[in-house]
Amino acid sequence: MATLIIAEHDNSILKPATLNTVAAAVAIGGDVALLVAGEGCQAVADQAAQVAGVSKVLLADNAAYGHQLAENVAPLVAELAKTAGFDYVLAPATTTGKNLLPRVAALLDVGQLSDIVAVESADTFKRPIYAGNAIATVKSLDAIKVITVRGTAFDPVAAEGGSASVEAVTAVHDAALSRFIGEEVAKSDRPELTSARVIISGGRGMGNGENFALLEKVADKLGAAVGASRAAVDAGFVPNDMQVGQTGKIVAPELYIAVGISGAIQHLAGMKDSKVIVAINKDEEAPIFQVADYGLVADLFEAVPELDSSL
Amino acid sequence: MKILVGVKRVLDHNVKVRVRADGSAVDLDNVKMAINPFDEIAVEAAVRLKEEGVATEVIAVSIGPEKAQDTLRQALAMGADRAILVPHGGTTEPLSVAKTLKALAEKENAGLVILGKQAIDDDCNQTGQMLAALLGWPQGTFASGLSVTGEQIEVTREVDGGLETVALNLPAIVTADLRLNEPRFASLPAIMKAKKKPLESITAESLGVDLAPRLELVGVVEPPVRAAGGVIVATAAELVEKLKHAAAIA
Repeated sequence: MATLIIAEHDNSILKPATLNTVAAAVAIGGDVALLVAGEGCQAVADQAAQVAGVSKVLLADNAAYGHQLAENVAPLVAELAKTAGFDYVLAPATTTGKNLLPRVAALLDVGQLSDIVAVESADTFKRPIYAGNAIATVKSLDAIKVITVRGTAFDPVAAEGGSASVEAVTAVHDAALSRFIGEEVAKSDRPELTSARVIISGGRGMGNGENFALLEKVADKLGAAVGASRAAVDAGFVPNDMQVGQTGKIVAPELYIAVGISGAIQHLAGMKDSKVIVAINKDEEAPIFQVADYGLVADLFEAVPELDSSL
Repeated sequence: MKILVGVKRVLDHNVKVRVRADGSAVDLDNVKMAINPFDEIAVEAAVRLKEEGVATEVIAVSIGPEKAQDTLRQALAMGADRAILVPHGGTTEPLSVAKTLKALAEKENAGLVILGKQAIDDDCNQTGQMLAALLGWPQGTFASGLSVTGEQIEVTREVDGGLETVALNLPAIVTADLRLNEPRFASLPAIMKAKKKPLESITAESLGVDLAPRLELVGVVEPPVRAAGGVIVATAAELVEKLKHAAAIA
C-alpha cells in the first residue's frame, strides 16, 4: 500500500496540518510520500524530507503551481496517483485541501471522504456529519481512496527525524483557466487558531470589534490564539478567518475560553472536542454552559479584565 | 448567459439531529426540512446577477425526493425562472450529483453554475469542485465576492489566512460561502407566482447518470458526550485557581 499526501505550505514553510495528515497515513499503513507542489518551494521539500514516517518527497516546482490553483494541481495529483500506483491520496482538511481534493477525486472517477476523524481499517473511516452531531462510519468501495483529514483528530508526527529522498516531478499542467490576482492575509503574531494550545473566543456579546482588545490582552498572557463565533464575524467585529465552527475552523485546544458566546450548534461543532472548555456569559441559560467544564456567570466586561489581572 | 443553481433539501439547521436507536442512520422521520442555507445564498447570488443584467435566465436544480419540489419552489419564489427536479430516493453522493449537474449544465448550455460550499447534512464540501473537474471548468470555491466582466469572473475566496482573489475564464463554477450575500425573503406574491413557474422532472437514467453510491454507510453513532456537571465558579480569580489546578494553564 502507498499513500500520497499533499503537503500544506506557503512556498517557504511546511504547515503543521501536514504532520497531522501524515499521522493518519501512518494509521492506515504502508509507504508515505509527500507531494510538495508550488513555486520556489525547495525549502519546503527539505523540511518535508525530515518528517518522521515519510519515505519519499515529490517536488513539483513550477510557476503553474505557485498559488496552488486547483485547476493546475489537481491533474498533477491525479496523474501521479494513477502512474505511480498510489492507493490513497490524502490532504489536510484546510481550505486548500478542501478546494483541491474533490477535483482530484472526480478526475479519478472516485468518491471522496471529507474530514475523517479516525481510521477503522484500510477501507473504513469515521467522519462527523450534521455539524458533528453524529459520527458516521463509512466504507469506501473505490480502488483509490481520496480523503481529507481533520487535523485536530490526529496527533502530529515529529517534524524531524525522518530522512526521505527528494525526487523532482517535471510534469507541468497549466490549464490556463484561472489566474491568481491577489490576497489579503490577516496579520497576527499570535499562534495559529488550528494549532494553538489555548484559544480565547468572543461572540456577539463582545458588542464591537474594539472590545476584542480585552481578549487579546488575556490571549497574550496565555500564549493563546483569538477566535470568534459566526455572530461576531457576521456583525463585522472581526474578520472571517477567526471564525470557529461548522463553517469556519475546527479546533481542539487544551483550553478553550468562550466569552459572550451563546453556544449555537454551529459553533459547538467547531470546538467541542477541546480538552477543557470555559464559558463566560451573563446568561446562565446559555447552551454553552452545557458543554463547559468551568462556567462563570458574569458580565464579560467585568469578568475579562478580572481574569486578566488574576493571571 | 444562463446560470444553473443547485439546491438541496436538508434537515433544518435549527433542528437537533437524532441518531436512530439501531445506529443505522440519522432519524429524518417527521422532522422539519429546509433549503440548505448555503444554497439559499447561491440562489440569491444568481438572482442578483440576473437583476444586474449579467444573466438571462436562472435555472434551479435539485436531485432528491419528490418533496424537494418544495425546495425548488422556494428558489423560484426568490427569483429563479424555472426548475428541474431529478427524482432520486436513496442517498445522493457528491460525485453522482456532480455527474447529474454536468449533464444538465451541458444540456442547458449554462455559462455559470453556482452551488453552496457545503450541505449541512453530510458536510462534504465536494460537489462544486467535482463538477468543475468533470466539466473541465475553473472553480471559485468559498466565494465571498464575485463580479463578472466580459468572459471572466473575479471571485474573492475565504481561505484560512484571510481572503484570496482569483480570475476565472467563463464558463465556471462558483461555490457560495456565508458572507457572499444576505438572501432575500420571498414575498407572498412571489410565492404565489412561483407556483405557476415551470418545474420539470428529468430522470437520472435519461441523463445517462448512474446514482449508485461509492460509499457504504456502516453505521452512525452519537458523538461522545462530555462529562456532565461543569463547575460554576463565582469569580474570575476562582476560575484561574481551578484552571491552574486542572493544569490547563501554567
